[in-house]
Amino acid sequence: MAGAAPATASAPPAPLAERAILRAERVSKRYPGTTALDEVDFQAWRGAVNVLVGENGAGKSTLMKILAGVERPSSGQLWLEERPVSFRTVHDAAAQGIGIVFQELNLCPNLTIAENIFLTHPFTRGRFHLDRARQEAEAAALLRRLEHDLPPDTLVGDLRIGEQQIVEIAKALSREVKVLIMDEPTSALSAAEVEVLFHVIGELKRGGVGLIYISHRLEEVVRIGDRISVLRDGRMQSAARVADIDVRWIIDEMVGHTTLAERPAARPRTGPTVLRLEGVTLPGAGGKKLVDDVGFQVAGGEVVAIYGLMGAGRSELFECLFGLRPEAAGRAWIGDREISRLSLPERIEAGLFLVPEDRQRDGLLQNLSVAQNLSISSLGALTRGLWVDRAREAAWTGEMIERLHVKVSSPGVSITSLSGGNQQKVVIGKSLLTGPKLLLLDEPTRGIDIGAKAEVFKTMRALAESGLAVVFATSDLKEALSAADRILVMSQGRVSADLPGDEATEELLVAASTRSLTRPPAAAAAAGAQEP
Amino acid sequence: MADPAAAAEVRLPGARATLVPLLLRLRTFIALILVVAFFSAMAPNFISVANAVIISRHVAINAFLAIGMTFVIVTGGIDLSVGSIVGLTGMVAGALLTHGIPLHFLELTIYPSALAVVGLALLVGVLVGAINGLLVTRFSVAPFIATLGTLYIARGAALLLSAGETFPNLVGREAYGNQGFPVLGSGTLLGVPLSIWLLVVVALAAWYLASRTPLGRQIYAVGGNERAAALSGVYVNRIKMVVFVLSGLLAALTGLIVSSQLVASHPAAGETFEMNAIAAAVLGGTSLAGGRGTIGGTIIGAFVIGVLGDGLVMMGVSEFWQMVIKGLVIVAAVILDQMQRKMTPRA
Repeated sequence: MAGAAPATASAPPAPLAERAILRAERVSKRYPGTTALDEVDFQAWRGAVNVLVGENGAGKSTLMKILAGVERPSSGQLWLEERPVSFRTVHDAAAQGIGIVFQELNLCPNLTIAENIFLTHPFTRGRFHLDRARQEAEAAALLRRLEHDLPPDTLVGDLRIGEQQIVEIAKALSREVKVLIMDEPTSALSAAEVEVLFHVIGELKRGGVGLIYISHRLEEVVRIGDRISVLRDGRMQSAARVADIDVRWIIDEMVGHTTLAERPAARPRTGPTVLRLEGVTLPGAGGKKLVDDVGFQVAGGEVVAIYGLMGAGRSELFECLFGLRPEAAGRAWIGDREISRLSLPERIEAGLFLVPEDRQRDGLLQNLSVAQNLSISSLGALTRGLWVDRAREAAWTGEMIERLHVKVSSPGVSITSLSGGNQQKVVIGKSLLTGPKLLLLDEPTRGIDIGAKAEVFKTMRALAESGLAVVFATSDLKEALSAADRILVMSQGRVSADLPGDEATEELLVAASTRSLTRPPAAAAAAGAQEP
Repeated sequence: MADPAAAAEVRLPGARATLVPLLLRLRTFIALILVVAFFSAMAPNFISVANAVIISRHVAINAFLAIGMTFVIVTGGIDLSVGSIVGLTGMVAGALLTHGIPLHFLELTIYPSALAVVGLALLVGVLVGAINGLLVTRFSVAPFIATLGTLYIARGAALLLSAGETFPNLVGREAYGNQGFPVLGSGTLLGVPLSIWLLVVVALAAWYLASRTPLGRQIYAVGGNERAAALSGVYVNRIKMVVFVLSGLLAALTGLIVSSQLVASHPAAGETFEMNAIAAAVLGGTSLAGGRGTIGGTIIGAFVIGVLGDGLVMMGVSEFWQMVIKGLVIVAAVILDQMQRKMTPRA
């Protein structure tokens, strides 16, 4: 299948670059029930930035994991420098020259930079005694190459996220790499750090490394990419030279031209304002703002989606609202009551509730029953004298189980025996028993099956119709478009668009979510005054 | 055992329940019956009212501590300081009864009544518990370390109160109006020692607190998933504070009973009591990971340990073998606990 490489490509920068360094040929990955990748062909070119884009769930991560040896394809073949290869593990792939920088950093915070870089392939004397001096010297050389003169004996836990990202890249470069895969490397970086990273990428490119660069930030992609491949629904949609295309083209290829059939009719904002925000700002590490001057209002009866990519600040905004981020600045009101200074239980009492993204970690009390999970936030109202009124508790929780159609044999069974969708309904039910005015749901359909998703959205709609304000965060375009009356788009901590549901399109949302709102550090101070 | 409210009641075997899971569920209770049966056969006079009272008095000492310990462990913590609190509060009571409260500037010494002494000593227990709670909540010290620190501090304070000496003969003096302290340890009501009455009252109150009150529910919630509890609006730090104070209070009560029974207070009293309390809680099915455990189970656990100890003494088994056997029983209990958890489907 040597002919798979498009030989028609013109204007070669160098003869060597004409051959793909890493190639995936008709690679498929099937999981029980779904096909993540369907006969995908992909080429990464030597000495070039090979960009991989696609919507959430298009299969980017799966393809990347297969290329890096994290997962094995169900079928298909990988070629490295025109030799057929198969990787059993990440180490196997690394030994053959494939480096990867994961989006979630895989560093040990309790070890030094040098120790992290050489964790899996340490320099030793006699294969036993760690040669620390040599490791630190090599680490220092790598860091200098990456323009970060950090002392190699610094603990990684003491570094800023951007610096940790640099260490992660140094770790990948500490071995001979032919291909370097980078998954959203800029999502945690400040504008200045992004510039350094781009500089490093340019240098690697000149050194003949084939870079595979995954990003949601399309402006970035157009700026540094040489080749682009677009994945859609597990298939390779198209591939092109970046010089021949623009952001518009990428968006079209990513989302296609089809529009969703069902679209909610525009609903008038019925109720009075329930939530009002002004200048909510959450400082992050390294001067980066996780939430940057966010202000909007939500009325009762409205279902509002907050769409954004990973790291856009959706979860952080919710955490600010729910009182989990005491360092946040700005003001917020529920109705006429200012909640900015209240503790979390006081905010619940004021009529706010957050259904968290990570159900297992933040939502469920795994040791308690379904009924006890439902009632935990409203024990005050269920207390008679000194004790919990158990008859009342049974009545309330039973009613909620019925209202939300939770499938459960008895309210007394352990919460862990329920399916993900039903557990999510219990968490929602818990919040409803507190009598909220505003419900925040962070990725409410994460990890639940498609039928349960529809049920959760039906529940949200019903709640809005009963007068609640419902705000949910999602990284799924179709969810945002089909379930919301109004869509706010967040990008890099800021609200980059506020669209009524009937005017929003996938193209508009993608464009707004990938819009770079970061100002160069010098201009930021000057522009600070003119913000609304 | 996942359901704290239902666990105190013995659940009837349902349609799906088979014999083995039921036996595993009631393992601590069965162990108690087996231990009692064994010693009845092996040691003459084991089964007698007099012996039952003696054993119960011994068990009560450990049971008070174990009840407090259960609350702390259910929140995911541990309280190593209870043995030292036993020693410290006994010494506080002894010092107050023997020397009173000297007010040097007035050249006057106040002798509080025996009841006031009890109140003040209990207050000391509450105070140490509150310090534990503050260390854990305000200063984010791990419970193991925080209470290890107060274990040493309280023991040191107990020794300092008398320069290491014992306060003997704590009967009080008529002239000071502070008589009556020994009643707590050796008084009886309807022929039953006061300490056993107290255990019944404390156990019922603790069971009620754990299974019927919002506070109890929140204690289980904090131990089950602290983050989720916080996000549900539970004041997690307040709950932790309450359990440490409760544990300190019960340890103080134990210290008073011990010194009242002996009519003397010794600064080394209560050493290693914390380990017996943890053992009783674990035997009764309390999970050191938090979130799981019942008052009923803990009391049965305390009885198993107590009966085992006294029975072996009556059989003339050496103290050294007693320790080995106690250790084996604890380990066996935890293995059975793991077996039960694997066998019961999470439903």
